[in-house]
Amino acid sequence: MIEVKTLVKQFDSFRAVDEVSFSVPKGQILGFLGPNGAGKSTTMKMITGFLEPTSGTALVDGHDIRTSPLEVKKLIGYLPESAPSYGEMTVCEFLSFIAELRGMTGSAKKEATLKMKDTCFLGGVWHQPIETLSKGYRQRVGFAQALIHDPPVLVLDEPTDGLDPNQKHEVRELIKRMGRDKTIILSTHILEEVEAICERVIIITNGKIVSDATPSDLLTKTRIHNAVTVRFPGELPGKARETLARISGVVDVEETDQASIRCYSEGGQPIIEPIAQAIRENGWSVNQIQNEHGRLDEVFRRVTLGR
Amino acid sequence: MSQFAPLFKREFLGYFRSPVAYVFIIIFLLASVGCTFFIGNLYESNQANLSPFFMFLPWLYLVLVPAVGMRLWAEERRSGTIELLFTLPVTTWEAVLSKFVAGWAFLAIALALTFPLVVTVNYLGTPDNGVIFAGYVGSFLMAGSFLAIACLTSAMTKNQVISFILGVIISFFLVLVGWGLFSDILSTFLPTEVVDTIAALGFMPHFLAIVRGVLDMRDLMYFIMVIAAALVLNSIVLENKKAS
Repeated sequence: MIEVKTLVKQFDSFRAVDEVSFSVPKGQILGFLGPNGAGKSTTMKMITGFLEPTSGTALVDGHDIRTSPLEVKKLIGYLPESAPSYGEMTVCEFLSFIAELRGMTGSAKKEATLKMKDTCFLGGVWHQPIETLSKGYRQRVGFAQALIHDPPVLVLDEPTDGLDPNQKHEVRELIKRMGRDKTIILSTHILEEVEAICERVIIITNGKIVSDATPSDLLTKTRIHNAVTVRFPGELPGKARETLARISGVVDVEETDQASIRCYSEGGQPIIEPIAQAIRENGWSVNQIQNEHGRLDEVFRRVTLGR
Repeated sequence: MSQFAPLFKREFLGYFRSPVAYVFIIIFLLASVGCTFFIGNLYESNQANLSPFFMFLPWLYLVLVPAVGMRLWAEERRSGTIELLFTLPVTTWEAVLSKFVAGWAFLAIALALTFPLVVTVNYLGTPDNGVIFAGYVGSFLMAGSFLAIACLTSAMTKNQVISFILGVIISFFLVLVGWGLFSDILSTFLPTEVVDTIAALGFMPHFLAIVRGVLDMRDLMYFIMVIAAALVLNSIVLENKKAS
């Protein structure tokens, strides 16, 4: 559905996007992850036709952004960062305006705007000027504007930025629902968001793609993946550390505090069973045994900082 | 051009959504009528025509029109809505033209609201209404030229103040080169043909010719060319920002 081919964007001496290539099949939710200034927004701005690439191109449903930008723009619903809108217009006026530019008239226009009123929960502010609304509502107006023509492709630049936890949850549910039949690219720097909604994650830093994987694959790449943390009542038994370290598959042990110890797994293999067995054999009493999962923030730091 | 109508509607109604439009109209009317009566001495001149009004109009427009136009693109850029606009299926030219025409329509309304002056001179005497009509045509075209330049300078920056100042400077230059006093100074050290050529580039000779009631195609075309050139440059500036 979306095919990005060696996209480059050069701002004077600064290369914001450096030969980025990837393709997104129909119906996939792709998360674009990276530190601030990594080139996520710039890439999205080129796909949506706001910026012209210095070289390379992108195809959306077969239409080249360089040669048929209008066709591409018709297929895409775009939520720019911080959801800009014409503040002096009311929500209703603004969405009608967008619907008209999307080629809708008469009853189709009315139907589409009313549908957005329900989908994005805008009923309460329908006739208020957008500049008087809170950040959360403005973001919803931005969503409504992107969705109003029911586009096959959605590009969302930090869709949950500035929302409270409930609103974030709402927006994520909305994205997941839409992801069933739409191709979605969303950028974020909230890692839990990627885990919660994306089927695939591309990590970009200094304008280059440094990782392209599913969230669960990414997690297995961390050191802590399938590590086991054992918590004892009171203090660690004397020989616990060396006993656990000797178990095959355990590559390292670490005392996380006075009463608990963490065993790292070799290559992310499950090691909880031999550890449980060792605990039984030694007759230790334990409060808790926990199989750890990978943490995205760790992967993120590793691939973006090169550690 | 299917997108022109919604864009025009938004832009045009946008003027009346904020108090700025009303403030502009009031200032424009007070200043133009004030100049006509108190500086132009409409009564004392004892002539039933509106030439005092039209004489001051270029100078009034010089300051007021860039004030109307300064926000057009600068505000879109500052608030980020330009990103919204240019990711909708809208061509740059449609956007440029709709903004300009909406602004021009607004200026036309302000100009039309000076009709009490026409009523007044008709009440006091028997003016040549054809000449007055020509004056209004000339004023409308000149307002469009000032506005097109303001649109262009607005597209060059996201700072409205800079956009305003640039607009005033360029417009001032175009008024100045054709102004009689300036030509007189030039003619003290330049040959007459050169002075006339320079003057022909400015607004004044063309505007004054129309105001005198001479609707010469060349004068009308001059303003239309200024508008077209400024709008084409406006599109180019916007396209370049996309690519930079």
